[in-house]
Amino acid sequence: MRVTFTANGKPVEADDVWEGESLLYVLRERVGLPGSKNACEQGECGSCTVYLDGVPVCSCLVAAGQVQDREVRTVEGLSDEQGELGLVQQAFVDAGAVQCGFCTPGLLVQTDALLAKDAQPSDNDIREALSGNLCRCTGYEKIMDAVRLASARTCERATSE
Amino acid sequence: MSTRTIQGQKNLQNINQASKDGIGGSPLRPDGNLKVKGEFAYSSDLWHEDMLWGMALRSPHPRANILSVDIADALKVPGVYAVLTHEDIPGTKYYGLEIQDQPALAIDKVRYHGEAIALVAADHPETARRAVKKIKVEYEVLTPITTEEQCLDPETHGYVHEPHEFKSHGYGNICHEQKLVSGLGVTDEVRALADVIVKGSYEVGMQDQAFLGPESGLAVPAEDGGIDLYIATQWLHVDRQQMAPVLALPEEKVRLTLAGVGGAFGGREDISMQIHACLLAQHTGKPVKIVYARDESFYGHVHRHPARMTYEHGATRDGKLVFADCRIVLDGGAYASASPAVVGNAASLGHGPYVIPNVKMHAIALYSNNPSCGAMRGFGAVQAAFGYETQMDRLAAELGMDPVELRQLNAMSEGDFMPTGQQIDSPAPVAELLRRVKDMPLPPPLDTEHLDVRQLPGALSNTSHGEGIVRGVGYSVGIKNVGFSEGFDDYSTARVRLEVIGGEPVAMVHTAMAEVGQGGVTVHAQIARTELGVEQVTIHPANTEVGSAGSTSASRQTYMTGGAVKLAAEAVKQALIEKGRRRYGWTQHDLTLTGGKVVSPSTGALVSMVDLLGDEAIDLTREHHHRPTVPFDKETGQGFGHVQYTFCANRAVVDVDIELGLVKVVELTAVQDVGKALNPLSVVGQIQGGCTQALGLAVMEEIIVKDGKVRNASFTDYLIPTILDTPPIPVEILELPDPHAPYGLRGVGEAPTVSATPSIVAAIRNATGLALNRIPVRPEHLTTEAPGPK
Repeated sequence: MRVTFTANGKPVEADDVWEGESLLYVLRERVGLPGSKNACEQGECGSCTVYLDGVPVCSCLVAAGQVQDREVRTVEGLSDEQGELGLVQQAFVDAGAVQCGFCTPGLLVQTDALLAKDAQPSDNDIREALSGNLCRCTGYEKIMDAVRLASARTCERATSE
Repeated sequence: MSTRTIQGQKNLQNINQASKDGIGGSPLRPDGNLKVKGEFAYSSDLWHEDMLWGMALRSPHPRANILSVDIADALKVPGVYAVLTHEDIPGTKYYGLEIQDQPALAIDKVRYHGEAIALVAADHPETARRAVKKIKVEYEVLTPITTEEQCLDPETHGYVHEPHEFKSHGYGNICHEQKLVSGLGVTDEVRALADVIVKGSYEVGMQDQAFLGPESGLAVPAEDGGIDLYIATQWLHVDRQQMAPVLALPEEKVRLTLAGVGGAFGGREDISMQIHACLLAQHTGKPVKIVYARDESFYGHVHRHPARMTYEHGATRDGKLVFADCRIVLDGGAYASASPAVVGNAASLGHGPYVIPNVKMHAIALYSNNPSCGAMRGFGAVQAAFGYETQMDRLAAELGMDPVELRQLNAMSEGDFMPTGQQIDSPAPVAELLRRVKDMPLPPPLDTEHLDVRQLPGALSNTSHGEGIVRGVGYSVGIKNVGFSEGFDDYSTARVRLEVIGGEPVAMVHTAMAEVGQGGVTVHAQIARTELGVEQVTIHPANTEVGSAGSTSASRQTYMTGGAVKLAAEAVKQALIEKGRRRYGWTQHDLTLTGGKVVSPSTGALVSMVDLLGDEAIDLTREHHHRPTVPFDKETGQGFGHVQYTFCANRAVVDVDIELGLVKVVELTAVQDVGKALNPLSVVGQIQGGCTQALGLAVMEEIIVKDGKVRNASFTDYLIPTILDTPPIPVEILELPDPHAPYGLRGVGEAPTVSATPSIVAAIRNATGLALNRIPVRPEHLTTEAPGPK
């Protein structure tokens, strides 16, 4: 089947999609957006998290056909047109929250969604929001630092605007 | 921030710090921006317009004879390009890290659940999956050999490998063994010298590395008949060494380039899909990509050895250790992998960081029909630490002493001897680490007034509102070797090139080091900046065009490849200065490179590197070998076997719901001596990550194997700590330089994984009074076990 949808603001179409294919497979293997990662492919690790119509979902659990005419935003869409890092991306780099980095794209999308909802989450809020995203390298401490940093910068930006 | 760095008392040498981005600074990862943008190419992201997908058929039985394999139906599936069995292997059929006992594809029999039997290449992963299902295998299923008792009685239960096969080290179903005796050993006379004796039996479950990036790579057939493999691995050259004979190619025609690695932790030390992808590419003449699904990843790599251990310790009334009698049995599974070296570590480090006048040790690894076990962070030292640290707590209780004091009383320090007879000739601040970890402030008590259930055991499941929660505190310390041991000529190669690009001096660093997330690429740039006094450093992709870097394991890469980069950069520096001497007739002997200039400390800047270099590049390659070690004597375990030791101490605070058996680690503190922190931000990240894997082993992580079959090959059923399971991890760093290591540094990555697990279990014991002699500690242990010995 042919699937057409919007990825990071641009229309995309994928042909000859097998009905069992996931959104993750279509993004990674068919439309050239490999940023979302394939770690467990059963919705347990969060590495493939993308926005679907503004809601974070595990793209491995979304059948490709379900995204027909809908809007997808992936980690690639968190940077601006010129490739400048988004605020959450920069905070993860600055805090040393990226080691192997395989979990990072999913964590970025989930953090972005958390801060959009609540710019000043408590530590417990952060832990709850990110509890579906496994990381094997960092011990999560630097991820906590990154989210706190992103939160502080979000609030700073809101104050200065 | 809960992190602080404390400078050690001694300074080995004054480091000429080129800038804040030199060593000792914390510049950001060079690959960080790509990784947060989703543009970093991991091995599973590789793509070729003409590529096929490879997949393996795996055995559903842990032990069986293969009577026949019929691939005819699989070959008929539209879109299938090849179906291969061992008969299609052009070269040697076996490979292995230390013992070549593992067939690239099963021959006549399978020895573990998930062993690869046949391969398929197809145009879509689903096509490959369907074809794999159409391969018909006829088995004669045999009863698997799975327990220690069965393994040690081959006359009754049989052999995993027939006696004539691959027995380079052991006999029967023993893959490898190492004995050790020091002092008087452990005899009745020695036992009589002790006022107090404690005995214990301990078990450690099978832990998995559970790196997030699945095993994957892309094999591309080359026009010269060779093959190019883009691969996530820990050691490019040792992969090639094992692959080339199987592919019937000379090594120079097997070219490996490191693709992005999504974590490793030892699980990528062995071959997984490397040979399979290359065989399919050779056979089809097309690029072949293999990406393991998560269940296949659990089948396709080796795990941490599960262990059964018995320990007997004797001490005088005032707490001085008199003897230790230890037996460590590791289940190595079907193939040897790194088992011999793991045994060597368990035997030589299995008594802990303590001075014990009389030691007897026997460590063995078994062949069984369980999944193969090999390298995982902590490598043989992890299992033992759970044994000896539990013994220390029990001994302290028996003597009525504080458990930290007992440890400090017996702690080894510089100048002491290991039971292997090796004198420790660099700082070993074991007592100091314990003192510091004990002095760290404790977290506040549970605030029952303003309770947030997310902080409690059970957390979001809302299982408690504070009732039935008991807090406990536990301590531990551990020892780990750094680098490859027992006489292995461990070395690494680095090529450093200095040239002018765009009017600026630029250094290029080329090594075959596998960057698996640890941050080696950051540190290499820091070293080049520091030694060459330049700002711009380019890290060349790691591949087999340069000499071996050895493995990214054993906490050795900053020591070894970092050391090689230092040597090569120093050589480039000397060559540059020599060039200046020839041109300008300089006579000073203490010239340095700083800020892009050649500088004399007495007369200041002499010339800019840009002017001195002109159009010429200086390009030099150096190898770094660490000082030699020797193999342990087989019977006595004596020998200078390890090049460096590293130590970490931990304190765990836990809350336990004693009614439901749920544990919440409240805080896990670590104090570690790192010799010299080349990049403090990365060092702290390594320590926190290591502690978290130790937390996993303490309370949740285990591959459940029943009758040789893996029962939980998924992230649904194999649990690793989430951010909700992981507490704040305050870290304190000590920097006591090792005079034998580059910059005085000490390997960092593994020590916390060795030491942190026992502290968590000790804290749970402290809260509950239970014995808890097996890890991971599960809820049923907390609700059904009898109280432990006082």
